[in-house]
Amino acid sequence: MSDLISQNLNMIFKTPKGETVHALKDLNFTLKKGELLTVLGPSGCGKTTLLNITAGFIRPTSGTITLNKKEIDGPGVERGMVFQQGALFEWLTVAENVNFGLRMKKEDPIKTQKKVDEWLEIVGLQGFGNTPTYQLSGGMQQRVALARCLINDPDLILMDEPLGALDALTREKMQSLVLKIWKETGKTIILITHSVEEALLLGERLYVMAPRPGRIHKEYNLPFASMGLKQDLREIKKNKDFSSTREEILEMIWNMEEEIMGKDI
Amino acid sequence: MLTQIVTFLIFFAVIGCILYGRRLIKTEKIDAVFGNPERALGGTHWVIVGSSFLLLVWLYYSWDIAKGFYPKSANELCQVAKVNDSLLGLKYQFPIEERELKSTSQIKQENKNLKKITIEIQNSNELDSQQKTILVDFITKTNQLIPLLTNEDLLENETKQRIDDITGKINLLTENFQKSDYPFETELEFNERLKAVSEEGGWGITKVDAGSGTIENTIEVPLIPATNRGLKFHVAAQELNLISDEFFQLRNHNPEFKKRIKELKDDIKAYRNDLSDSEEVASTYAKNIVKIARRIEFASIYPPNALDKMQNAIVQFDNAQIKAQGGLRFIDIFLFPAGTIVASGPSCSEQGSGRWLPKPSDTFNKFILMSKPSVGYKDIPLLWINMVDVSKIIGFILPDWIADILPGEYPVHTKDGIVKQNFKGKVLKFVTGDFKLFKIPVPYGHIWDSFLRVFLGLIFGILIGVPLGLFMGLNRFAKGFFDPLIELYRPVPPLAWAPLIISVLGIDNTGKVFLLFMVSLSIMIISARAGASGTQLSKIHAAHSLGASKKQILRYVIFPNSLPEILTGIRVAVGMCWGTLVAAEFLAGTTGIGFVENVAKKYFQYEVIWITIFIMGMLGLLFDVTLRKIIDKTIPWRGKG
Ligand SMILES: Nc1ncnc2c1ncn2[C@@H]1O[C@H](COP(=O)(O)OP(=O)(O)OP(=O)(O)O)[C@@H](O)[C@H]1O
Ligand SMILES: [Mg+2]
Repeated sequence: MSDLISQNLNMIFKTPKGETVHALKDLNFTLKKGELLTVLGPSGCGKTTLLNITAGFIRPTSGTITLNKKEIDGPGVERGMVFQQGALFEWLTVAENVNFGLRMKKEDPIKTQKKVDEWLEIVGLQGFGNTPTYQLSGGMQQRVALARCLINDPDLILMDEPLGALDALTREKMQSLVLKIWKETGKTIILITHSVEEALLLGERLYVMAPRPGRIHKEYNLPFASMGLKQDLREIKKNKDFSSTREEILEMIWNMEEEIMGKDI
Repeated sequence: MLTQIVTFLIFFAVIGCILYGRRLIKTEKIDAVFGNPERALGGTHWVIVGSSFLLLVWLYYSWDIAKGFYPKSANELCQVAKVNDSLLGLKYQFPIEERELKSTSQIKQENKNLKKITIEIQNSNELDSQQKTILVDFITKTNQLIPLLTNEDLLENETKQRIDDITGKINLLTENFQKSDYPFETELEFNERLKAVSEEGGWGITKVDAGSGTIENTIEVPLIPATNRGLKFHVAAQELNLISDEFFQLRNHNPEFKKRIKELKDDIKAYRNDLSDSEEVASTYAKNIVKIARRIEFASIYPPNALDKMQNAIVQFDNAQIKAQGGLRFIDIFLFPAGTIVASGPSCSEQGSGRWLPKPSDTFNKFILMSKPSVGYKDIPLLWINMVDVSKIIGFILPDWIADILPGEYPVHTKDGIVKQNFKGKVLKFVTGDFKLFKIPVPYGHIWDSFLRVFLGLIFGILIGVPLGLFMGLNRFAKGFFDPLIELYRPVPPLAWAPLIISVLGIDNTGKVFLLFMVSLSIMIISARAGASGTQLSKIHAAHSLGASKKQILRYVIFPNSLPEILTGIRVAVGMCWGTLVAAEFLAGTTGIGFVENVAKKYFQYEVIWITIFIMGMLGLLFDVTLRKIIDKTIPWRGKG
C-alpha cells in the first residue's frame, strides 16, 4: 500500500570538469510499510545519493521513485531525514529544534509544546528543553535530531549514518532507541551505516551496495532486528548466524574496496 | 595642587615598581626550583617595563610638574631665552660655539668660490682667450681684497676705537648684571610692570571670548618679566640687542680697501657694458665675480686678533648670565626634558615635547572648558541636549509629498479673507511639523553629530546590505547582477569618493551619511553573502524536509546562520565608518569631532587636538565594546556548532 517503490533509478553526476559519475544504476526495489531497511556499502557507492533522491533533495537522471503511489519530486514532510551531524540549528534550544517543523506549519504553540515534551521524553531528553543545542553531547544531539524528525510524523524516515559520529557505548544505546521507536511507531525506515554490525542488528532487510556504478549487490532478510526488540543487543552479537553473516558481508565489502583501490592505482 | 599629588604618586609608583620587581625576582628564584613556572615569569621584566613606562609618564608630565611647582619658571626661562637669542648673533662671530672665527670661515668660503669660478672659466669653450685673461684678472683682484681686510697694520684707529667701545659696553653690562639691584627699576616702573604682568595672564592660560563663547588661543608663555630675576635678563637682552646692532653696523673698510673695491666694481661694470649681446657667458661670469666681491665687502672680516678682547668680554658675560640663572638651569634640564622655552623675535614659545604633547593639566582644563555647553567649540557644544517638540521630529522624518499626493486641493482663502482648513491642508500641517505636542530632549553637538552620521550610515548599510547580501548568497542571478556593481566601487578607497560625494550631496549630513553608507554597504553585503553561502546544505535540507517553505528557510535558517558573519561585518563596518567619517569631516563640514580637530590643527591648539584624539578613541572603543557585548549575547553558539 504505502510502499516505497523505485523503478530503474539512475543518477549520473556531471562534475564541473565535464567528467560523469554514474552514482546509481538501474535501481529497482520495493520497501513495504513498516520495514526497516539498512544499507551498507563501500564509500562512494551512492548510498547518500539514494537517500537524497528519496528525500527529494536531488532529482534522479532517469527512472521514478514513488511513495504511496505518489512520485517524489522535492522534499516533503512525509519523508523525514536524520543527518549524520551538524544539521541541528545551533541558534535554537533543544525544544525549539524539536518544535521547528510544527512551528513552520504554524501549529498552535500550546499544543506543540505538549508534543515536544512527549518526544523529548521518548528520546530521553526530558528536562533539556531549554538547553542550547551546542551544549549537548554528540549522542544527545542525535537524539534531538531524531525527535525533531519524528515529531512531524513522517511516513518514511531516512537516516544517513545517524550514529556514525558516536562512541561505541552511546551508539549501542542509540541503536536500542531506534529499534524501540521503530517498534512503537511502526514507521518505514531506511538507515545507512558503515558498520556491518549495526546494519545486521537494526536491519529487517539489508542491501549491500556496490560502487561504479552504484547498484544493489546483495539483499538479505534478517531476523536480528525482531530479536533485538526482545533481547539484549550484545547477546545477539554472540549468535552464530550473526557472526557468519557478518564475516560474509565484510569479505564482500573488502573485495569491493580492493577492486576500487586496484582500479585507482 | 592636583599636579603636586600626581607628581608624588608617580614618584612613589616608580619606587614601588622597583621594589615589587625585586620581590618578584626573589620568588622567581624560588619558583624556578620548586614549581609554578607561571609565577616565575617577569621579575626583571616588571622592573624594566614598569619603570620605563613610568619614566615616559614622567616625561609627559614633567612640563606639568614645572608648572605646578615653579609656575614662574617658564616666564623666567623666556627672559633667559631672550638673552640667548640676542647673544646668538654676537657669539656667532667667534669660536665660542662655532669651530672657527666667522672671518676665517668666510674667507675660506669665498676663496673656494673664486677657485671654482677660475676653473670654470679656464675650461669654458664659449669664452675666447682674451676674455679668459680679463676675467681671471678680475678674480685675482678680488682675491687681493682679502689681505687688505685682514692686515693688522691697515686697521684704522677709528675702527679700533669703536671695537674697544663695544667691548667696554659689554664689560660694563657684565659688571652691572652681577649687581643684585640691577636693573635699577623705579617704584613707578615696578608697579606698571606688575600691572602688565597680571593683565597678560599666567603660563598656558586660556581665554574664552565672552561674546561668541569660543576658545581663544592660549597664551603659551607670558612675555613680560614677572620676577626680578626675569627682569634682569629681560633688560640685559635689550641692551645686548643694541650692542650687537652697533657691532653689525661696524665695517672694517680702510681707505685702501675702499679705493680698490671701487676700482674693481667700476672695471667690471665697464667691461660688462662693452660686451655685446652674444657674449652673455662672459657677462654672467663677471657678474658672479662682483657678487663675491660684494660679499667680501659686507662680511665682517677683521684681522686675526683684532676682536680678541671682545670675544673675551662676550664669554665673560655668557658665564655671568649662566651663573645668574642658578636653579633655573636645573629646572630647564630636568623639568623641560625633551625641549625648552625659546624666544624668537618678540615672542616666547614652548619647543619640543611640551608643545605637541601639551601638559595634562592644561589639556584637562581645556576639556572641562570645552565640555561646558556654553563654550563648546566654534559655538557648538561637544555634547548637550536640546528640548525639541515631537512635532519637529515628525515633520523632519515624514516627507512633505505625502500631503501632495493625497486627492483634493489645498484650501484657498474665501472672499471674506478666511482660510478654511480641509483634510489635505491638515495632513500638510502634520507632515511639515506645524503643530505642538510635547517636548523631548534631543542630543546635539559635535560628538552627537559624528555619532549620528556613523549610526545612520551604518543602519542604511545594514538595512540594504544584509538582505541584498543574503539574496546574493542564495540566488545566482542576484549575484551575477550585483557583483560587478559592487566590485566597481568597493576597491576604491572610500575617501577617494569623498570629494565627489561631498560636492554633489553637500558638506553636511547627507553627503557624509551617504559616504558612510557606501562604506558599510559593501562590507555588509560581503559578510551577509559569506554567511548565506556558508550555510551547510544539510541544515537547509533538514529545514526543507521539516516542511519549511523557501521564505521560512531564509528567515529561520539562513538568516540566523549568517548572523555571526553579519555581526562581525557590522563590527568591521563600524571601525571603517568611524575612520572614514573623521577623515571626511577633515575635508569639509561645520560640525563633528573631526571638524574640531581640523580647526584645532589650523590654530596649533595641541590640547584640543589631543582632546579630539581622546574622544575619538573612547567613542571607537565604546562602539567596539558594545558590539562585542551584543555579539556575545546574540550568538553564543559561535564556533561551537
Ligand atoms: N554533487 C555531486 N557532483 C558530482 N559527483 C557527485 C556528487 N554527489 C556525489 N557524487 C559522486 O557520486 C558518488 C556517490 O556519492 P555518495 O555521496 O552517494 O556516496 P556514499 O555512498 O554516500 O559514500 P560515503 O559512504 O562515503 O558517504 C561518488 O562517486 C561521488 O563522487
Ligand atoms: Mg554518504
